[in-house]
Amino acid sequence: MNTATGQVIELQGPRRRPGVRGWLLLAPLLLWLFAFVVAPTAIMLVYSFCERDELGQVVFELSLSSYARVFDATYLKILLSSMKYAAITTVICLVAGYPVAYFIGRAREGVRNRLLMLVMVPFWTSFLIRTYAWMSILKSEGLLNGLLLYLQIISAPLDIMYTPTAVVIGLVYSYLPFMILPIYGSVEKLDNALIEAAFDLGAGPVSAFSHVIVPLTRPGILAGVLLVFIPALGMFAITDLMGGSRVPMIGNVIQNQFGQARDWPFGAALGMTLLLLFSLFFLLGLRKEQEG
Amino acid sequence: MRLRTMSGIKLSNLLLCGWSGLVLIYLYLPILLLVVYSFNDSRMSVVWEGFTFKWYGQLFDELVAHLGDERRSPLIESLSNSVIIAAITTAFSVVLGTAGAFLLYRYRFPALRSITALIFIPMIIPEIIMGISLLIFFKTVELELGFTTVIISHVTFCFPFVLIAVQARLAGLDPSLEEAALDLGATPLKAFFLIMVPYLLPAIISGALMSFTLSMDELIVTYFTRGPKSETLPIKVFGMAKVGLNPMLNTISTVFIVATAMLVVFAESLKGTARRLPDES
Repeated sequence: MNTATGQVIELQGPRRRPGVRGWLLLAPLLLWLFAFVVAPTAIMLVYSFCERDELGQVVFELSLSSYARVFDATYLKILLSSMKYAAITTVICLVAGYPVAYFIGRAREGVRNRLLMLVMVPFWTSFLIRTYAWMSILKSEGLLNGLLLYLQIISAPLDIMYTPTAVVIGLVYSYLPFMILPIYGSVEKLDNALIEAAFDLGAGPVSAFSHVIVPLTRPGILAGVLLVFIPALGMFAITDLMGGSRVPMIGNVIQNQFGQARDWPFGAALGMTLLLLFSLFFLLGLRKEQEG
Repeated sequence: MRLRTMSGIKLSNLLLCGWSGLVLIYLYLPILLLVVYSFNDSRMSVVWEGFTFKWYGQLFDELVAHLGDERRSPLIESLSNSVIIAAITTAFSVVLGTAGAFLLYRYRFPALRSITALIFIPMIIPEIIMGISLLIFFKTVELELGFTTVIISHVTFCFPFVLIAVQARLAGLDPSLEEAALDLGATPLKAFFLIMVPYLLPAIISGALMSFTLSMDELIVTYFTRGPKSETLPIKVFGMAKVGLNPMLNTISTVFIVATAMLVVFAESLKGTARRLPDES
């Protein structure tokens, strides 16, 4: 009896039942989260079922008209094209970033830490500054056109800014480190023996990669895909700067409802739709990870 | 066969190395161009017209004039707003994050999974959703948009980062350390401040740096929750960048890139100590 209790205590370490005191101490944090995460989401849900009058004031009457507009052809098209650009961005980041993450993860420790630092600096540098850097390169009077004109490769400036291409360039540039870092985390944990075993058993680099390395680094890939796809879908600043009004994205439509358009219920309905999509992708990713 | 595989590995390593080099150049070239062009003696910023410090001089003059109350500079004002907001945000985040991580470590809360999920939501939810839901919330409770609303929003997504950093450090903690303090007659509060806080300090500092950087850089949530008098630097820069290229933007960006790089190197070296220490003790 004694030894049994002793063992239990040892396993628990210093952890104990919270009691009134534990809950009281945790209360500020829980209250904060309820007040500023749960309550705002609940109120947004309420707003999404409201209507607005001609002056843009919210009328609190149950209505599905905002959701009906979400599925209007115009907005559905914008939502789908936003998903397309977010998906293209994610695929480019994955294809470009995976080899980098793999290389850093397999490098010797000293080299690895230095390379990692090199990825961390852009990761932490404001995306606004990094987008601005691309603006000064791509603008019609920008560096790229200046260089191409100077070298007489082109005779008139290329119109890259304010096209879908510019939007994707901006998104890829901003989110690439978000893909590299989680994949690096998975690659670092790879057991060398497993890869060597694959080679010893006659696998070439390609088959070792697709049958051993990719399945083992799946958690990192999934995390990277979610970290790029989800924010890219809701982004309005990069798309605004690089695409202007010529490439409308769902984030810009939402932003506009709380600005000039002054249609908060519709904005809330779009927000709820995005939240629903986001939860769906997230749960899907989580399930995939548990399978793997 | 074996030989062919080996040369295949060498070749793929070479390709990997080359590709990684290209990607790193791609990541740095635009930033470097920005830095170089902040020294360009031309208003139109694209054509190189010789080396100059004049934009930095102008920035410094604006700073001096603003601080000396001679001339109000919107750019410097937004910078000072950002610093004030980031500092207060960081203070709140450190308290909430450290206390939260410690309590979740100390007590076995039922519904731990739900509590953890709730803490993680502000970290992963798209910023635009957080921005509009907070805007609607502040409007509903009739809280006037301004410093308070921006700081509340920033704390909400910053403190989980402190919490995670502290949690990682707590995972390597020897439980007997705190027990010994308690056995020797220290009150739980005293044990916390004399034993836990010094032990957690590297993680707390690294979390604080993260929270400060995140708050300084945040645009989307701030965009929705700011008031007319609480414009932050990113909001100001966003507005300026929408209008067009501007040599002052190159200059202020360069200052920020250098500051960020220094913070990252500092925070990473702290993380190094945070990882090393538990093995040594």
